[in-house]
Amino acid sequence: MRQTQVAKAKANVKADAKAKLAAGSKPRAKIAVKTAKPTKERALTLLSKPQLVNMMDLMVKSRVLEERLIKIYKAGDAFFWIGGPGEEAFGVPLGLLVDKGQGPSHDYLHLHYRATPTLVAMGMSYIDSIRLIMNRATDPSTGGRNFANHYCYPQWNVVPVGSPIEVQYGMAIGTGISQRRLKMKKQKSGVSIVTGGDAGSAEGDFASCLIWSSRPEKELPLYITVQNNKWGISTPYSEQHGEKNVADRGKAFGIRTNVVNGNDPIETYFQIQGDLEYIKKNTRPVLTEFQVSRLYGHSSASGANRENGDDPIELFEKRLVDSKFVKPGFVKELWTAYDTESRQISDIVRAEAGPLSDTIWDHVYVDNENADWRKF
Amino acid sequence: MATMVQAIRMALHHGEKNLGVTDIFGEDVGAPLGGAFTATQGLETAWNSPLDERGIISTAIGLGLAGDRCVAEIQFCDYIFNTVDLLKIAGNMLWTSNGQYNMPIVVMTPVGAGIRGSVYHSHSFDSWATRLPGWKVVMPSTPLDAYGLMVSAIKDPNPVLFLKPKALLRVRGEELIPGEPDEKTLKSMIDAPIGDRSKWKARWPDLGEFEIPIGQGKIVREGVDITVVSYGRTLPLCVKAAAELAEQGRSVEVIDLRSMYPYDWAMIRDSVRKTGRVLFVNEDTEVTNFGEHLAYRVTQELFYELQARPRVLAGKNLPGIGLHPNLEEASVPHLEDIKHELELVLAEVP
Ligand SMILES: Cc1ncc(C[n+]2csc(CCOP(=O)(O)OP(=O)(O)O)c2C)c(N)n1
Ligand SMILES: [Mg+2]
Repeated sequence: MRQTQVAKAKANVKADAKAKLAAGSKPRAKIAVKTAKPTKERALTLLSKPQLVNMMDLMVKSRVLEERLIKIYKAGDAFFWIGGPGEEAFGVPLGLLVDKGQGPSHDYLHLHYRATPTLVAMGMSYIDSIRLIMNRATDPSTGGRNFANHYCYPQWNVVPVGSPIEVQYGMAIGTGISQRRLKMKKQKSGVSIVTGGDAGSAEGDFASCLIWSSRPEKELPLYITVQNNKWGISTPYSEQHGEKNVADRGKAFGIRTNVVNGNDPIETYFQIQGDLEYIKKNTRPVLTEFQVSRLYGHSSASGANRENGDDPIELFEKRLVDSKFVKPGFVKELWTAYDTESRQISDIVRAEAGPLSDTIWDHVYVDNENADWRKF
Repeated sequence: MATMVQAIRMALHHGEKNLGVTDIFGEDVGAPLGGAFTATQGLETAWNSPLDERGIISTAIGLGLAGDRCVAEIQFCDYIFNTVDLLKIAGNMLWTSNGQYNMPIVVMTPVGAGIRGSVYHSHSFDSWATRLPGWKVVMPSTPLDAYGLMVSAIKDPNPVLFLKPKALLRVRGEELIPGEPDEKTLKSMIDAPIGDRSKWKARWPDLGEFEIPIGQGKIVREGVDITVVSYGRTLPLCVKAAAELAEQGRSVEVIDLRSMYPYDWAMIRDSVRKTGRVLFVNEDTEVTNFGEHLAYRVTQELFYELQARPRVLAGKNLPGIGLHPNLEEASVPHLEDIKHELELVLAEVP
């Protein structure tokens, strides 16, 4: 049923597009001339309509999932929520542009705990994420062992998301070395992509990442990104940092740096695309700071209630509607369909079993070699 | 006969030639120095890292995630403490990912007192290490064991912490590594020359495949009156104490544990069943010491077979080890302490 609703919403868009084609309308060309803000609208024409619609769809899909996770938490079906509502305009383009696969010939993703948009764009299903937050035995990331948004997908090089802030910036060095090695052997190699917050960049691991990836003749194919939401839990950026932008710190190392509006999916899409191309071509790091919103506070620890801030979905929807890429009701329709889907899936997951207590000793060592000293 | 540091170097060479080791790295690990203790001289995959212990451990984790095999060095264990959270992560990677990502890395680091290293080159790490679930922890006391344990550590699909007792690194063993040439020849083959090394290349002897399984202890001296369990730097001191007590007609069984986790409980159990008395010796600080765990287990499982209370002789619970010999010797177990403790346990009447 849920599928039919989503399919219906998408079919409406298709029908709309077809009708326009039949009528010979060329909305993209027209918009550029008509609109009061020609640069922005020109930006929209850089992607095809199906691409724009797909991006919108994935952003909504991710947001609805996050809101469902919050509801699950508030209903008492999860112990904790943390996630990425407000980071869709960064995370979705990233997920769409990743070279998805396993091993150093593909991109590695060293993500933080706000990466639902990226995973959704990569193809993660709702049920995976809901099983994770409800810590069911079926949770494919951690088997019920870890928090919401702590994803792990080896088949896509999504290495385990952890709670300790910033350590992923150090680990990316290691996968980057492996990828550089392939590149030097003229084999296909990927990029190590790392994401994280603004406050966390005060940790030494961030400096490690800049230093190790920029040593002469040893430069690493690292995409070092920062999602600057201007907060570290309750402490504002101005109390955390003296530098104007986190990205400025890359300059001392000769690293190419950028600061972009992370609430604009078109801007981020082309920034990420260009950055990845540069990294692959030159085997050098790039540091890009994306200024994003934190729309539901830090986590469930601070209530997980809707807060003020630019909403990338509302902003993008308006642009698409104004430019007549979608009808005004499109997002609402999608929203309803995804919401129904997410509710139905939570009902399924709620009925699933948690991990059995005697599995605590599983996977301490490879092949379940005995780890319990009582049994040595 | 090889020294322990030469044995480690040869095992690492075996690792990079035959076991897929891609990176041996750490501070001053590459040319020209080849490690603060020369354990990595002449190795093809050895390279110098920035002076950044957190960077070293997290890079090792990243290499492990990418499926590469590495041996990372922390120059002195005194400087490993700011990486403890990363060591925790390496140890829980497989578990938290519910079996999806293993962490096949080796971290080696020199530990312990005995070289007049003062406050910051004398720390121990064995008790800390045993509080890192998911890791295997080994510490050899002879060159042969160092070779065999390093080969096993490299082959192991789990993270292995290889503790190098720094006071024993230059000590020669009594047992030869299979295929090992004589002392002089070996030196000419694998020790880097003093002075310009830019053109020097190691010539590696053809050593056979030799492994010491992780988790297996070794009875280095048989006895019937008391068991002493140790590892690393204090092990040869225990052997010496046993020899001196033998002159007084006391028969001491000495176990070299070699692996702290997993540890050879069967060997300890069988020995203590035979002797009824046991002393655990190591040089890490005494409060919440790994020896206490072993003594606890002996008490729980062998209580009614004991003739005396198990004892632990360890380093004093001090914030550091002072440089002056009077200070160092009063801080960590030495021969007279070990003999004294053995005598105390032997004298106890049930
Ligand atoms: C090493 C470490 N210290 C503290 C914490 C607790 N903590 C969790 S999130 C957070 C703030 C992180 O802020 P930022 O890096 O800006 O990321 P954001 O949550 O804003 O995305 C803190 C202090 C932690 N998880 N890890
Ligand atoms: Mg922040």
